[in-house]
Amino acid sequence: MNASDDRRAAARPGTGGPDRSGRAGVPKIRLRGVRKAFGAKQVLDGVDLDVEAGHSMVILGGSGSGKSVTIKCILGLIEPDAGSIEIDGQDVLRLPRREREAIGDRIGMLFQNGALFDSLPVWENVCFKLLAQGRITRGQARDRAAEALAQVGLAASVGDLYPAELSGGMQKRVALARAVAAQPDIIFFDEPTTGLDPIMGAVIDGLIVDCVKRLGATAVSITHDMASARRIGDMAAMIHKGRISWTGPAASLGHSGNAVVDQFANGEREGPIQMELRR
Amino acid sequence: MGALILDPLAALGRAVLGACRVAGDVGLFALEAISHLLRPPFYWRLFWRAFVEVAWFSLPVVALTAIFTGMVLALQSYTGFARFNAQSAVASVVVISLTRELGPVLASLMVAGRIGAAFAAEIGTMRVTDQIDALTTLSTNPMKYLVAPRLLAATIALPLLVLVADILGVMGGWLIGTFKLGFVSAAYLKSTFDYLEADDVISGLVKAAVFGFIVALMGTWCGYNSRGGAQGVGGATTTAVVASSILILALDYVLTEIFFAQ
Repeated sequence: MNASDDRRAAARPGTGGPDRSGRAGVPKIRLRGVRKAFGAKQVLDGVDLDVEAGHSMVILGGSGSGKSVTIKCILGLIEPDAGSIEIDGQDVLRLPRREREAIGDRIGMLFQNGALFDSLPVWENVCFKLLAQGRITRGQARDRAAEALAQVGLAASVGDLYPAELSGGMQKRVALARAVAAQPDIIFFDEPTTGLDPIMGAVIDGLIVDCVKRLGATAVSITHDMASARRIGDMAAMIHKGRISWTGPAASLGHSGNAVVDQFANGEREGPIQMELRR
Repeated sequence: MGALILDPLAALGRAVLGACRVAGDVGLFALEAISHLLRPPFYWRLFWRAFVEVAWFSLPVVALTAIFTGMVLALQSYTGFARFNAQSAVASVVVISLTRELGPVLASLMVAGRIGAAFAAEIGTMRVTDQIDALTTLSTNPMKYLVAPRLLAATIALPLLVLVADILGVMGGWLIGTFKLGFVSAAYLKSTFDYLEADDVISGLVKAAVFGFIVALMGTWCGYNSRGGAQGVGGATTTAVVASSILILALDYVLTEIFFAQ
């Protein structure tokens, strides 16, 4: 059994790896009444959301609707003004710093623009979390990075390049490799296909689905790319006016019966969502 | 009418409150960074990288500044002292001026331009491209990773740079003294060391350490709090250099009062 098989075994429930299935009856992630304002602008106005363990949830919404703020609140990058955020039944906002950091250690994140560290070569980017946690040595990191890069369809030689030397699609794949390298049990994807051509977008979506399934992880993605949402998600939620206005199967997007969701999914100008345009 | 009178007062009040808020922010930022220096892990690799950047790569610009300052100082003090036949004091004036004041202040101002700007630009770019948030999601505290090693590196590197600046500045004065102003080399050097006291050098090195801390603090704080893309990073860089330069000059006065006030 090689190192890759070891990790796959660890990812399967009941094989000694981290518990990815969550506690019975408790959603992996639960948000209740989450509110956040920036100055006078109320971005989140009581967000309620449940994400079941092992599911892939896609959060939809227009630009500035609060999708990114929602996941930044879950990640602890933004402190909400009110509400509760539970992960595996623990309210992370009320946990001591160390316990909160321990939960953060089990979370991976793919940023919209990759957010790769441009002062570090690709191999160090990919293994950054493993090195930071002291789980591997720098000597082992190159091999581990080559393995992670292979899983996203990149050659081992890419590991010696710097992020600025990569194309947009390659940067996204490296960022994906970095997000999953430490085998998180929750992964967030922020606009994973934005700025990519449709084919590369489909490739990235395929890699995301593969990675999430291989790890047995719970995934939360935010996007306004409908094709991507249907490919990545099994569930979808629509955020509108600072609240979750609809939750349902991702496959029903465009014919959900909810006027807001269907207008958004079909890209119609007329409907309950009114864009503020100055003339 | 009342509004006309009160508006400037309100503006003044806002400015004072804003300044207090910034001072508090910077103070808390510095305390948090120092607390990370005292708690493991410490990123020695990043400390070394920052140290080389501050100490080694600033050496040419600091060296040139020191040599030319020493040369100008010798020339100026000679022409001034010649008016009351006190040319023999040139060597001691050059060395005391350099070690107490000009070495630390000019070297720190040069480093503020180079390093303060570089820290602010690098960390600011990391902020606006989500790299600082990425650090947090990768189980790494950004203050510990980005700020603490830079603060320590600059605080240690500046005194070393100033020591080099002191030596080169004296050498610049000696060059002008012996080759242009007609001093005997040995007599110039004897006069230099006869009037130099350990406190002159030590006070300059302590000032340098404080200025190094200030340069790194303002560079990292401005970068860490930059917002709004390229324009925000540009603004942070400018603010870092201007603020650290002003603080260096203001603190120079305070430290001089502490060291030498009678």
